[in-house]
Amino acid sequence: MNAPVAAPPATFDCRQAFAETLIELARADERIVAVCNDSVGSSNLGGFQKAFPDRLVNVGIAEQNMVGVAAGLSNGGFVPFVCCASPFLTGRALEQVKADIAYNGYHVVLCGMSPGMAYGELGPTHHSIEDLSWLRAITDLSIVVPADPAQTSAAVRWSVEYGKPSFLRVGRTKVPSVSEGQAEPFVFGKANRLREGRDLTIVVTGILVSRALEAAEALAAQGISARVVNIATIAPLDEAEIIAAARETGAIVTVEEAVVSGGLGAAVAEVVVRHHPVAMRLLGVPGFAPTGDTAFLLDHFGLNRDGIVRAALELRG
Amino acid sequence: MSLEFSAEVPTPEGLSNLSPSDRAARLSDIARAVRRSVVRMIDSARAGHIGGDLSVTDILTTLYFGVLKLDPAEPLAPGRDRFILSKGHCAAALYSALALRGFIDPALLPTFMKPLSVLNGHPNRRKVAGVEANTGPLGHGLPIAVGSAIASCLSGRNWQTFVVTGDGELQEGSNWEAAMSAGHRGLDNLCVIVDRNRLQQGARTEDTNRLDPLTDKWAAFGWEAVEVDGHDHAALYELFTRPRSGKPLAIVANTLKGKGVSFIEDRVEWHHKVPSAEQVALALEELR
Repeated sequence: MNAPVAAPPATFDCRQAFAETLIELARADERIVAVCNDSVGSSNLGGFQKAFPDRLVNVGIAEQNMVGVAAGLSNGGFVPFVCCASPFLTGRALEQVKADIAYNGYHVVLCGMSPGMAYGELGPTHHSIEDLSWLRAITDLSIVVPADPAQTSAAVRWSVEYGKPSFLRVGRTKVPSVSEGQAEPFVFGKANRLREGRDLTIVVTGILVSRALEAAEALAAQGISARVVNIATIAPLDEAEIIAAARETGAIVTVEEAVVSGGLGAAVAEVVVRHHPVAMRLLGVPGFAPTGDTAFLLDHFGLNRDGIVRAALELRG
Repeated sequence: MSLEFSAEVPTPEGLSNLSPSDRAARLSDIARAVRRSVVRMIDSARAGHIGGDLSVTDILTTLYFGVLKLDPAEPLAPGRDRFILSKGHCAAALYSALALRGFIDPALLPTFMKPLSVLNGHPNRRKVAGVEANTGPLGHGLPIAVGSAIASCLSGRNWQTFVVTGDGELQEGSNWEAAMSAGHRGLDNLCVIVDRNRLQQGARTEDTNRLDPLTDKWAAFGWEAVEVDGHDHAALYELFTRPRSGKPLAIVANTLKGKGVSFIEDRVEWHHKVPSAEQVALALEELR
């Protein structure tokens, strides 16, 4: 007799929560406008366009102008949401992000859509694995990476109130909810401790949070107690939570869908080395990806339950 | 700092009642004061971009004292006209105009580019009232101006947006992304003025990366495009205040880099050369 197979958890595209929340907020707040680069479909802005045709500024395939136009709209009293595939927003328009938005201090919400390796088979030109590193180097720009629809929605609400420049990494890869049981799914600048643990901490962000929780479950079966901390605010980082992880669990594995040079792992290491040095493993994307869909590539690079477990076991050596 | 800053300085409202020739004469006086201020600031800082400052001065003067609806008492008034200096390296001319117009304390001008001064080598809106955008890297001002012009329409406040670019700066592709979108949208509340001094940092523009036929380029992007003598205050005033309909306006303002100081005019080495004490005295004498 076969054992009953548990149904896989329902998964969600964070762009849906993003678009629904944006439309809801825009109904009450006339300052909200969307700016995009021929990306109405890929940024899931069809509903916004239908509801507010005049408040969707599609500049065409021109990302430098797109970010500059957003700065000008902010100067004119609006709150622009720049919606653009993350590689082109953060790569092509990086100087505009630095100079026009961050240095000017304009309240613009830069929305990096379909980040990481969401465009799997389209290849490294369309992957955005460098965005966290590039943007972390820009001061006066907050970086938020929601892990599920609840965090996405809460982060969109926060960004309208924030009043300063921010970057939201809005996932396209379907993910299960990881916010159940959280009193507040997203508080700016605060980490979410999703699972207690004593032996090590897995610090993780974005679409990989559910995989970290799976890894912690597998480690528990081997008698290892792993804490799981979801970092939705990469900058500014919740340093107190990182220091607590180092002090209380003595080892840290970081996991991100990005290059590790300069990303979440590097941010965590910068805190750990200053306050309480412990052994770490930094998991991420090691370089330009081969051909493959997103799920294949995440597995290929060990950004899954087994890869995280392997790194944890090495650390506990 | 000097007498001219304590003298009564006209506002666009005041100048609008004058005859064209009287208005041009007043603007010419102010432009000379701006140029003197530029020379003193660069002398004090021992740094700066004197050639471009002097070529753009008449454009800035006509805008700030003849055209722009601004109130130094409320620099962020929602319906104010917007001016963006895309060629941000000519900050000394901008600061001088802002000081004369009442946005900056003239006593700050000698601190230009000194350690911890608010008057950076490129303008910073977070530190200096009247600055609309932090420019410096070239090709950034026009896209921001396009956004401002769209905001003017969307908000219903109907302010005018003016942006000055250098000519060499137009070698940056971002300008043409913005030009295309402004033409496409028919932003007739937007005016770009190209400071066409035909020199860039290292050589003549036409020997480096040809810009001509420049007015034709703007026209091809859907703009009303005209050429003007960029030192003719009356002609600039007429163009800035001419009613527009349906198209953004591109003014290719033919200028002399270093205008007003004979030994600086139209010489490539004066892009950011600093005059000696003797040359400062000579320049101020010529600008009396």
